[in-house]
Amino acid sequence: MRFLSRYGEFTAGAALLIAIALVALTAPLTFPGDPLAIAGPPMLPPFADSAFPFGTDRLGRDVLAQLVHGARTSLLVGLAAATTAMLFGSLVGLAAGFAGGLVDECLMRLTDAFQTVPAFLLALAFVSVSGPSLATMVLAIALGAWPGPARIARAEVLSIRERDYVAGARVIGMHPLEIALREILPNALPPVLSVSAIIVASAILIEAALSFLGLGDPNRVTWGSMIAEGRAVLRTAPMLSVFPGIALVLTVLGVYLVGEGLVEGTAVRRGLS
Amino acid sequence: MNRLLRLTRRRLWTAIPVLMIVVVGGFFMLEAAPGDAVDAYVGAIGGDAELIESLRRDWGLDQSPLHRLGLYLWSLAHLDLGMSVTFSRPVRDIILERLPNTLLLMGSATALSFALGSLLGIVAGARPGSLRDRTLSIASLALYAMPGFWLGLVLTVIFSVHLRWLPGSGIETIASGKTGLARALDIARHLVLPVTSLGLVYLALYLRVMRSAMAEVWRLDFVLATRARGVPRRRIVLRHVARNALLPLVTMLGVQAAAMLGGSVVVETLFSVPGLGRLAQEAVSSRDTPLLLGVILTSAVLVILVNLAVDLLYATLDPRVGTGGRT
Repeated sequence: MRFLSRYGEFTAGAALLIAIALVALTAPLTFPGDPLAIAGPPMLPPFADSAFPFGTDRLGRDVLAQLVHGARTSLLVGLAAATTAMLFGSLVGLAAGFAGGLVDECLMRLTDAFQTVPAFLLALAFVSVSGPSLATMVLAIALGAWPGPARIARAEVLSIRERDYVAGARVIGMHPLEIALREILPNALPPVLSVSAIIVASAILIEAALSFLGLGDPNRVTWGSMIAEGRAVLRTAPMLSVFPGIALVLTVLGVYLVGEGLVEGTAVRRGLS
Repeated sequence: MNRLLRLTRRRLWTAIPVLMIVVVGGFFMLEAAPGDAVDAYVGAIGGDAELIESLRRDWGLDQSPLHRLGLYLWSLAHLDLGMSVTFSRPVRDIILERLPNTLLLMGSATALSFALGSLLGIVAGARPGSLRDRTLSIASLALYAMPGFWLGLVLTVIFSVHLRWLPGSGIETIASGKTGLARALDIARHLVLPVTSLGLVYLALYLRVMRSAMAEVWRLDFVLATRARGVPRRRIVLRHVARNALLPLVTMLGVQAAAMLGGSVVVETLFSVPGLGRLAQEAVSSRDTPLLLGVILTSAVLVILVNLAVDLLYATLDPRVGTGGRT
């Protein structure tokens, strides 16, 4: 019974994510052309005109087209940043755990330092230095997200390297690098992957917050910049800010639900609170 | 007490290299920015090549980066964070001026999310797997999925624009001349929306940790024993299960401090609360490098101090901590 209910939440999350991913992938087909181009009369309220079901914004741009194209940015940045962070983090954790000694100490202090500065502040500073583009956004978010995976990977490596099969590999004369990459890394990865959902979700939220502050790529539609844009007319047209926010909540919620389902499903114990 | 002192000393000792990395890393990251403080200053105020030249010399910007890092570290040792370009005042003074507002905001938001989160966590964990538990879990997850600034905007639309119950920006009524209790009440009214939008988002964290910790405790033998003794369920929930599940919540306080400091950047900007977070945003938009570095450093110190306080609290609550060697 409990398994079923969990399963239900996972299905709901997966359905939500697949729907959003489909919308994002088919955006060039459903809404060809620039979503930032003026399409109709400005400030059309939602549900009034069938040509613009979600209305238009201050400049007469189609809100639905922007929402659909915004999904692309959110998912792209979220996934890319999380992948970068987890790859880099696992490598650092692997190196620290495997090398031990002074290397371990230095790498862990570095991890500490990155965890001490709030991830959002770090991203803010990095974007302000490197200028607004999709790539810097991804890097900026990954910069604050890698310490988590690094810690988990290191802890895993420390426990795996004492196992018998690693000792066996050592006895048959395998090169240490080969042991690290072929024997230890694959087994240390599952616990790291179990926090991937949290990292993707927080990456999406940080991207939204940065765009909200006007630090996103000005040539791309993002949900965060839509909310900021709508803020100017919050009194008269609150929906302009509310719609992209709902899209954000649904996406992040979907990621969380799927992540929880995966963690429970594979019964992987989370190493990070 | 000796145990706590040792713990403090060890933590502060490891904090030194960490802070060094933050300073040096932050310095070189901001160093890589196109344009320097003089460009930003002249861009805002205006000036000719001669002025630019003399400003560069005055601010030591014609030296090599390593030399300047040395100067910066030297002044840091004297607790001097340099001069802000936009404010033309010492960075330390500006930060000290803004810090209390952020501490007030974060403290209140943490109290809100901790109190409400653990309370709802007890309600959810009282019967793990029940409908109430699942509803609360999903609702809290939805709340956790919300960007704090968006929640703030929605709350502003409802409570400030439509109902006109609460002010939507600032920390107090400007030039109201209020003092004492009246002023405190005024500030409290201004803080309701920012604290709610910051605190509600992190509520889910406490709720979920409390809930899962309780679910663990339910499985332990001593709970079975109390049930067998016929102790009323309500009493088991509060006296035995919830009480033993409280400890992990304390660790969350430290984990979430950095996240909340980050979140306060957007929330403070949204509600025009003159705090550290908004200062970071102002520093970024005016390319005020010394100010931004100062804010980053202050946040790092703040995070370290909060974590130290949490560790000490944890050690007082759990006598096993800190007796042995390193963890």
